[in-house]
Amino acid sequence: MNFSEVFKQSNQLCKVSPDGQYLATCVQYRLVVRDVNTLQILQLYTCLDQVAHMEWSSDSLFILCAMYKRGLVQVWSLEQPEWHCKIDEGSIGLVSSRWSPDGRHILNTTEFHLRITVWSLCNKSVSYIKYPKACQKGMDFSADGRYMALAERRDCKDFISIFVCDDWHLLRHFETETQDLAGVEWSPNGCVLAMWDSCLDYKMLLYSLDGRLLSTYSAYEWSLGIKSVAWSPSSQFLAIGSYDEKVRILNHITWKKLIEFEHPATITNSKAVVYKEVEKRPVIGTEDLSVHELALGSSLFNSQSKYEIVSLPAQVPVVKPDLDRANPKIGISAIAFSADNRYLATKNDNMPQSLWVWDMQRLGLQAVLEQTAPVRCFVWDPRRPRLALCTGNGKVYMWSLAGCVSVKVQAEGSFQVLSLFWHGTGDSLVLLGKDQLCLCYLATDEEK
Amino acid sequence: MPESSYDGKNNICSYPAMPPSRQYSQSTMSLLPVSPYSGPKDFCTEANISECMLYISQELSSLGLPSVFYDLNGIRELDVLSTLNSMYSLLQLHQRAVGAVEDLEVEQLKVSSDLHCQQLTNSKLKDQLELSKKENVRLRERERQLEANIKTLQSCLKNEKEEVQKLQSVIASRATQYNHEMKRKEREFSKLKERLSQLLKDKKEKKHGMEVLNYVGRSDGRRSQWKTGKTDARHESEMYKTLLNEFDKHQKELMLENAELKKVLQQMKREMVGILSPKKHSQKEEKCPENIDQQIASDEEETSEMSCEYAREKLTNSIRQQWRKLKNHVENLDNKASMVHKEKVVGEMITKEIHQEEMERLKMEIQQCKDFIQTQQQLLQQQLNTPCDEETAAVLNDCYMLEEKERLKEEWRTFEEQRKNFEMERRSFTEAAIRLGHERKMFEEDRATWLKHQFLNMTFTEHLNIKTQTGLSEYSGQEHKHPSGPKTPL
Repeated sequence: MNFSEVFKQSNQLCKVSPDGQYLATCVQYRLVVRDVNTLQILQLYTCLDQVAHMEWSSDSLFILCAMYKRGLVQVWSLEQPEWHCKIDEGSIGLVSSRWSPDGRHILNTTEFHLRITVWSLCNKSVSYIKYPKACQKGMDFSADGRYMALAERRDCKDFISIFVCDDWHLLRHFETETQDLAGVEWSPNGCVLAMWDSCLDYKMLLYSLDGRLLSTYSAYEWSLGIKSVAWSPSSQFLAIGSYDEKVRILNHITWKKLIEFEHPATITNSKAVVYKEVEKRPVIGTEDLSVHELALGSSLFNSQSKYEIVSLPAQVPVVKPDLDRANPKIGISAIAFSADNRYLATKNDNMPQSLWVWDMQRLGLQAVLEQTAPVRCFVWDPRRPRLALCTGNGKVYMWSLAGCVSVKVQAEGSFQVLSLFWHGTGDSLVLLGKDQLCLCYLATDEEK
Repeated sequence: MPESSYDGKNNICSYPAMPPSRQYSQSTMSLLPVSPYSGPKDFCTEANISECMLYISQELSSLGLPSVFYDLNGIRELDVLSTLNSMYSLLQLHQRAVGAVEDLEVEQLKVSSDLHCQQLTNSKLKDQLELSKKENVRLRERERQLEANIKTLQSCLKNEKEEVQKLQSVIASRATQYNHEMKRKEREFSKLKERLSQLLKDKKEKKHGMEVLNYVGRSDGRRSQWKTGKTDARHESEMYKTLLNEFDKHQKELMLENAELKKVLQQMKREMVGILSPKKHSQKEEKCPENIDQQIASDEEETSEMSCEYAREKLTNSIRQQWRKLKNHVENLDNKASMVHKEKVVGEMITKEIHQEEMERLKMEIQQCKDFIQTQQQLLQQQLNTPCDEETAAVLNDCYMLEEKERLKEEWRTFEEQRKNFEMERRSFTEAAIRLGHERKMFEEDRATWLKHQFLNMTFTEHLNIKTQTGLSEYSGQEHKHPSGPKTPL
């Protein structure tokens, strides 16, 4: 593993272009575009204010920079650096801004979610969408970029509008049977729309593209419900994580529960491998301390760590949440499928230091990773069944079927990895610190 | 007895009785002592008057009555007066006795009736006791049931309480969530109100619009189209096309899966029938397996062509049937095996214990082998790890190599020797073969010449016979010499 040098960034704004060639970072009010391989600065743009959100267009030709406080959006072109575009929302305010899948329209959500304005970069047309819903995930584009699903709320009732992204034609508009719609998500094949109720009511609705209700799923009543949702890349499975610390997998043929994954505090499953991160502080004076190891940076604060395999039955550290508060820290808050559909990674909020990996072929627990600090971020490699995670310390951790590895980020000073994401080819990782970023180039093999 | 006195009272006797005496009936007469051997016999006769008198007096004196005779000059004379008085007092006694007997009889009657009454009451009481005992048992039983009932109800109550608590906690969490949401909405609302008031105050609209240097072309390069009914229809049709494609794909996958599963089922069925049919051969007629085979063939044809409900059902039913037969068969085998196992003490079949012992032994062997491998690995590891000098390592390596080399040299030597031997043998064999060929040729030639001579000699006169005979013997002697002629020394 090689680490690049450390660059500055602000606000965790760092994105790789969809074609994988460029890396765009925001440093305060400047937008820096680099080449991914050489990391040389190719373009430098200056925005009018500190950038709150930055996004590449789907064809990697344009970059959108949104400044919410000022209500401004600026669009920059990579091909023509002198081209400029500024969208001013005026007094109506700006809460979120994003590209449409064709890379030629910008959807701005005004303050208080009064309306969504669709600005076109091709012509003078402006569209307005009224009554969008302010919820966890009110808008989703299908994977092929043809359709957009938007959650709306009128007269205390939830509606879904399906738009054709080509010309923003309203294809379908129907009321949903939810109390308080919390989110919508298209299946990867673009034919099924999943929508779920807020956590007060466990209800998952599945609609077909043409607006027919396919199925309703509700695991239990009364207790707090759905916390996180994820489709498998083949659209075969829908994973629902809920506040009762379980993940339920629905199958796409009958839309009924296939299996329920539990997250118990004691693991007795014999096929699972439990990795525990163990920090080893370098003690000066051991026999096998070679020059190589000393040079690796053995300051007292950045200790090396390695993984040990814990024999079963193993105990998972549990943090008891405060149930008197709203949105308690309990339940499955993050689910992610691997790119080959084979594995599922989940995180249970009252076991914040552990990450659970499930084998979808066997429908059983594959591995549990126990870290020394709460897991902050985990992402699957877009090509291989390989998982990268970070816990906010100076190391990057990776899991694959061959084993677990913990790598310390080689950077001057201390680099705390707060989040990370993969490059589209799966050959490198982008690590984001508080106001720094670093690239990690991976070799093809890794040892345990 | 009472009858006799009652009868006795009615019958008035003709005796001149002064005191009201008891009337005697036949039965009283029967009380008189009767000799067991003969009928009533007279106690006193003419002969034994004085003895009788004496006896009677003695008896009477024992009863406290005077004697009935008096002595007159040594002759006992009957005193009529005292006799009559004695008789009278005896009668009185008798009456008194009878009265006493009657009283006693009455007494006895009373007592027996009392006893009878007592017995009746006793039995009644016993019945009552039985009844009350049964009642008691029944009540106890009822009490036990009620107690069990109480226990279940208490546990139900506990469960209900727990459920209530759970629901209360759920309600509490929901309430906090609602409150939180409510607060959030209120905050947003207040912000909205503020903004609205601010806007009303400011009233100067900031510029709202987009300024762009130049418009960019569409990402797919085409021009945008007008929104007409056609485009709407186009969108609809595209959407349905997407859905249909997805359904098609899905259906294809499912059909493939179905076909696979059907194949597997059919194979299973075939194998099951195959397993079962040899048994049927021995038990039933030979027709059955053939029938089954035919049936299977026809089934497979049908099911592979049709995929309708009927074929599916047929296949699943036949599989179930076969499976049931197989299960029964296996169960029978199990039973037979267990029975045979019981019968045979040292049987040909491997009993469980022997089997287990074998397993243990094998496990031990495996463990030993594993240990051995581990030690080997360790040694190897040591070899690799110990940073010994290169010289010693080289020397060690050389030692091993040397040994190997020596061994190989030995083998090579023996191999060479063997090769030489084989070579020699081969050479000798070839030479022998060549020689044999030569000799054969010579023999043939000799035979030919001999035959020629024979033929020639046959045409000559018989006086040459003797010569040829001698010539032949010479020749045969010469012939024998020939094969041993050309002999090359080895």
